[in-house]
Amino acid sequence: MEPERPIAPSTLSVKDLPWQILWDLEKCTLCGKCTAVCPVNAIELGVFRKRILEPPAEITLETATAFKSYYGIRQKTDPAYRCVGCAMCTMVCPNDAIVPCRTDESDKLKFHVDQGGQPRRRGGRRNMPGGVLDRLKFIRISMLTDPALDAGRHEFELRTLLGRVLPPEENLKFLRINGWIPPVREIYPLIIGAMSFGALSPTMWEGLQMGVAYLNEELKMPVRICTGEGGCPPRLLRSRFLKYVILQIASGYFGWDEIIHAIPEMKEDPCAIEIKYGQGAKPGDGGLLMWYKVNKLIAAIRGVPTGVNLPSPPTHQTKYSIEESVAKMIQSMYMAWGFRVPVYPKISGTSTALAVLNNLTRNPYAAGLAIDGEDGGTGAAYNVSMNHMGHPIASNIRDSYLTLVQVGMQNQLPLLAGGGIGKNGNLAANAAALIMLGASGVQIGKYVMQAAAGCLGSESDRCNICNIGLCPKGITSQDPRLYRRLDAEQVAQRLVDLYLSFDTELKKIVAPLGRSTSLPIGMSDALGIDDPNIAERLKIKYVV
Amino acid sequence: MCRLFAITSQEPLSPMVALNALDVMREGHDCSGVGIFLRDLAGPFEDIKDAPILSGIFSDKGLKRLDTFMMDIGFMTKYKISVKLPKIPPPGVPKRDVYLIRAYEYPEEWEDMSQPQLYDQLLKIRLQLRTMGEEKKDMIVFSFWPDVIMIKEIGDPMLVAEHLNLDRKELNARVIMAQGRQNTNYAITLYACHPFFIQGYATMTNGENTAFVPIRSFLESRGFDGYSGYQSDSEVFTHILHYTVTKLGLSLETYKHVITPLQEEDLHNHPNRHFLKNLKQTCRPLIIDGPNCVIGCLPDHSVFMVQDRKKLRPGVVGGKRGVYAFSSELCGLDAAIPNRDKSKDFQPMHLDTAFVGPGRQEVTLWNQKDPLPLPH
Repeated sequence: MEPERPIAPSTLSVKDLPWQILWDLEKCTLCGKCTAVCPVNAIELGVFRKRILEPPAEITLETATAFKSYYGIRQKTDPAYRCVGCAMCTMVCPNDAIVPCRTDESDKLKFHVDQGGQPRRRGGRRNMPGGVLDRLKFIRISMLTDPALDAGRHEFELRTLLGRVLPPEENLKFLRINGWIPPVREIYPLIIGAMSFGALSPTMWEGLQMGVAYLNEELKMPVRICTGEGGCPPRLLRSRFLKYVILQIASGYFGWDEIIHAIPEMKEDPCAIEIKYGQGAKPGDGGLLMWYKVNKLIAAIRGVPTGVNLPSPPTHQTKYSIEESVAKMIQSMYMAWGFRVPVYPKISGTSTALAVLNNLTRNPYAAGLAIDGEDGGTGAAYNVSMNHMGHPIASNIRDSYLTLVQVGMQNQLPLLAGGGIGKNGNLAANAAALIMLGASGVQIGKYVMQAAAGCLGSESDRCNICNIGLCPKGITSQDPRLYRRLDAEQVAQRLVDLYLSFDTELKKIVAPLGRSTSLPIGMSDALGIDDPNIAERLKIKYVV
Repeated sequence: MCRLFAITSQEPLSPMVALNALDVMREGHDCSGVGIFLRDLAGPFEDIKDAPILSGIFSDKGLKRLDTFMMDIGFMTKYKISVKLPKIPPPGVPKRDVYLIRAYEYPEEWEDMSQPQLYDQLLKIRLQLRTMGEEKKDMIVFSFWPDVIMIKEIGDPMLVAEHLNLDRKELNARVIMAQGRQNTNYAITLYACHPFFIQGYATMTNGENTAFVPIRSFLESRGFDGYSGYQSDSEVFTHILHYTVTKLGLSLETYKHVITPLQEEDLHNHPNRHFLKNLKQTCRPLIIDGPNCVIGCLPDHSVFMVQDRKKLRPGVVGGKRGVYAFSSELCGLDAAIPNRDKSKDFQPMHLDTAFVGPGRQEVTLWNQKDPLPLPH
């Protein structure tokens, strides 16, 4: 029989797609909200022809078949219009008549998504649930020999240091002789990692900034937020709130013309400067803001024309060796703010992290090292980079910490861990585990988007369209019709909720370990895991 | 929980004063071991204050190895206390061949050494002996230092004292520190037994050190041989003190700021805030988290007590002009110095450092919020 549609190699059925729309004719009111809200136009109003058999009670010559048509929802099977599983249709449906469901087997779309020879690009994270962080347990519970603390009533000092801390002998000597002591910030150990203005929508950015300001000024929590590579709005640069901001400079230098020109007018120094050399989600690849999102505002802040792709090079083009790339750049950045602002590099998790670290230990200016593990998120990257490139954060941080211990610099060069912290919702447990493995603090991005703004993304490849500016929640879109969906005040409120609950949970972890006077950095005797190989690798206890 | 007792007196005292005080507090320890530290010695050691004294436990073989080792370097025995042991030790006390307390004459070649060089050599020899002993299990070395004797043994303190006949004139001293051990989470090894000693600094601690692992990592990575071989989480308190005073050149008052720095608000209001903030940041890995009561002794014979910031272990200081004691419990203090003015007894709290100087004239209290003394 002739097929209804021509069958080409890339002809897919609904069954071949990763997400299938289940739609209930009985419940549907045909209001059209689902088709209107679908960010990728995966569903449309469909007219269906249906044969209905109505055999009469008596045998007659008249036909027993009638044809009727009805209206409903049709899911497109063209790879360009595939359902991304965001489930906004479900969210807007007044009758719960529609829901996307994950296919029960491996989808066939992945073999055909590269139409025109263009491999898949997307936003989001590595599509791999689970991970080692959730398996780490805190096993050193204080009991009778050392009574546990009361997480609710004891005083806690859960702060960390960002900046080059001199060894005690040198620090005290420099105090005596009035020498230069590198700037050190005392900050909250949970840092909002780099998400650029451009990758995020204006409402999302504003909400985060408001939340951070509230946490600092009203709740006295020294929370810091990193700008990512996209510059910083001019008003923020000239406001007192800049001190809560870590400015990022990356290989595209986007926005830095604006920043440099604002320096004479800055009322406050920024918290720190992060030099991005790599990102966990797409190691060895530069930043990417796709043309969809480069509108007039973004273009103005970044100093570029509108509507063009903004790929940052994978490396800083003007430099070619680690000595130049790291040392000179760190020094130049220090110089820009009169040696009052800590400057630290951020790299993606890699088996060569120790080479970078060893270089930094010999650089008296390096204020820390941020390592972003393979589970880090991004606004746009090639799927292959996201899923297959990179190094898990746990062993990278552990190795780095133990290397610092070996040279006695564990307090001098703070390590910040990023990538997949809280990816399964266990933010405080993951953060505390990394701190006990040796991190001075942790950076989070996706968790903030999920908790503070309701990002729909998941490790099961849900949504993940941050790259094309169609974020159905308005978190990563530059289209006012979309980002108006997001209320900046509510984002700020949720961010405060997130930090307060994190703070309580962190206390609920450290108090039973008997710690409260300082963050238990490197307290690896508190950690255990039920896998002997991981235990051996991380030099922690094997417990069953 | 262990029980601690320290006494500093103008008149030399028998170690039994401290052991009796521990015995009064015996409900607080399980008689699993005892450690005694004696300093500012009287008796035969009075006249040889500069001669380093080696304290330890040796097997007969170990003693021979020791003699060869020391003679090779050029040390000559100047004086020794012979401890005659009954053939059968009391129950719970292991059988040992020799408890050694021996003062040496420095090798002639060392005459030109400066004092710091000399002290480094003494430390080096103690560590070497410890390593040698650990290899063949025939020596345990507690201290090798002028005017200092240390005795440690497993068992009931009173039985050990009787066994070793500690109530003898040769062992009288003006500073005595003693610990009755409550075995907790570490196997009984004498190297885990308080008090701990390094280059003139001694401390003993009551409680458990929750921040032990990061502190140990920090000390071990200082590049100083003495910061090694940790068998007890409390040994780091001695080493932090040593580090604070000798490596950083800071005072005892600052020790409290190193182990339990002020929190932000108090720090902000402190007259030395700039210094203290730097100190807190740069010494961050040395912050303890308690619960601990630390009693210690400095090379100048001052004796002190500090508490951790919030959990606190029992500790009281009291006495009268010429004799003061630091004790885990009041009953221990009562046993040692009954006829003192009890209204002057003081229990240091989270901000306090209490110390009695070498003159033994008064208990000096120093609050962490006070301005730091000017550098000497």
